[in-house]
Amino acid sequence: MEDVLPFLIGGLYGGGIYLILHRSFVKLIIGLIILGYASNLMLFTISRITRGAPPLIPEGATQLTEPFADPLPQALVLTAIVIGFGIQAFAIVLIKVGYLTGDTDDLDKLNTTDRLD
Amino acid sequence: MENELLIVLLIPLLAGIFNIFLWRNLSGQKVVFFVSTILMVLAAANLLNSVIINDVITLQSAGWEAPFGISLVADYLSALMVFLTALMGLIIGVFSLFDVDKKRMQFGFFPLFSFLLFSVSGAFLSGDIFNLYVWFEIMLISSFVLMALGNTKPQLEGAIKYVTMNIIASVFFLAGIGVTYGLTGTLNMAELSILINGVDDPNLILLAMIFFFIAFGVKSAVFPLFSWLPASYHTPPVAITAIFSALLTKVGVYAFIRFFTLIFNQESQFTDNLLIVTASTTMFIGVLGAAAQMEFRKILSVHIISQIGYLIMGIAIGTKMALTGVIYFIVHIIFVKSNLFLISGVVNRLKGSFELKKLGGVYGKYPFLGILFVISAFSLAGFPPLSGFWAKFALVLAGLEAKEYILVFFALITGFLTLYSMTKIWNEVFWKKDPKEEETEEVKEEEPVSIKLKMIPVVFVTIIILALGVFAEPVFSFAEMTAEQLLNPHIYIDAVLGLDQ
Repeated sequence: MEDVLPFLIGGLYGGGIYLILHRSFVKLIIGLIILGYASNLMLFTISRITRGAPPLIPEGATQLTEPFADPLPQALVLTAIVIGFGIQAFAIVLIKVGYLTGDTDDLDKLNTTDRLD
Repeated sequence: MENELLIVLLIPLLAGIFNIFLWRNLSGQKVVFFVSTILMVLAAANLLNSVIINDVITLQSAGWEAPFGISLVADYLSALMVFLTALMGLIIGVFSLFDVDKKRMQFGFFPLFSFLLFSVSGAFLSGDIFNLYVWFEIMLISSFVLMALGNTKPQLEGAIKYVTMNIIASVFFLAGIGVTYGLTGTLNMAELSILINGVDDPNLILLAMIFFFIAFGVKSAVFPLFSWLPASYHTPPVAITAIFSALLTKVGVYAFIRFFTLIFNQESQFTDNLLIVTASTTMFIGVLGAAAQMEFRKILSVHIISQIGYLIMGIAIGTKMALTGVIYFIVHIIFVKSNLFLISGVVNRLKGSFELKKLGGVYGKYPFLGILFVISAFSLAGFPPLSGFWAKFALVLAGLEAKEYILVFFALITGFLTLYSMTKIWNEVFWKKDPKEEETEEVKEEEPVSIKLKMIPVVFVTIIILALGVFAEPVFSFAEMTAEQLLNPHIYIDAVLGLDQ
């Protein structure tokens, strides 16, 4: 598992960056979502994966015995997913309204606010 | 003692939630907002006062001892920043009453404003890197909505760029947290500061540092990462731009100061060079960008970048003198920059434009406004005895002491060019003849009562700026105490981890 995940994370980062370099609004958002997934998965993987060893103290014992899975990264990833979900929802509405107001879905045409005039 | 810390955060949170229930009752929202913001200023002043007495105040949420729980920590820097946040929230809140239109107010301006103050203060008080990430996200989502509120075309265009860059920054921040946690197994800043010295792979620390550098670099708009700022900051109403310029980039700078004094404080040639190059380029490119603009708010927005360069310069030098300069500079720039934005809003109300070419003759008609502008503009450029002079003087002196002549060179050039753009605004907006008057006599005038009310916050901030310059000594000695505390991270660590008891 730990040998496969780094390649998956690399693939997700690569795919996300590839997509945000496109000019279409929708591809931009999908790219950002995939980048978010890549980071979540990285946070999960980098803090070591332990399979089949929940961090529960067995009956009669007073402390955990190695090895056990670290529950904190899972909590962090869960939080990050929820926050990411909220931000992505807003971003999708934003590009929809942006598309309706600006009448374009081409990022290259969004050059009026930082142009010298 | 701990409650003082909590109450500063609870007031704006409750006000924001309460105001959502008052969605249709705009006057009720205003009352709740102002009562809560005044209370927040008092609570923040109280926090600052007790931090001065106790050095560092910590709150372990839900009674979980650090490093297992989430710590909220107020040291001098945090308490000062929270106080400035609350104060600017109140001042710009008053201004927004006369600036933001009714439609925007009806769509949740006040609750969003409260949530912004809540999250910015939270980011200043957080003692845990993942918690800092969460505060950043709350701050981002409230600023996203404030930025896009009103749905005008330039706002949406700016917001798309702003949102994209900031989501990418968040992705980097999260990756940095992942690497740091993988290396040390902790998220508490104080414990991290100890454990990071035990990591025997300097390259991985460098990797984490770069991730954080990119994340905070985007938030604070340093040189290669600032592109969202000139594209978006000038699009919303002036009150929103003013509060953004006062708070958002400063949160990024605060995170820089916190991380580079507390966590990544090992001697590293690479880090030093990175900060020096970033600081010089940010200062210089920012001020050149501002010099090229011909719109009141755009000049000021792009100028924010060059001011961030000064702050990074102080962090790069990293001596006590330099950090003192940085703290003083933050206080100075929050007031001065916001005040210039507010003045641009008043001028827009009077003349109906932000374009320098269409403006003119403001000094002839409203000499008082001209004087207010000159005070802020000269302070920004660094004329003695105004506050900007002392801020830059401290930084340049620190640079000379540390023999960072390149940084000093760029700082002085930037100061000179700042004067150029401020003179340009002065000439175009205040001094030259009004181009409209030559064509028609009909100039859009507003009833003077509303203008006088709008001037109250501007006059108030100008008085603060003058006081900062004339009575620089007490502020400087406070900044010096702050710098000393930052350079002795064990005070912070001992207080958070309870080692001093």
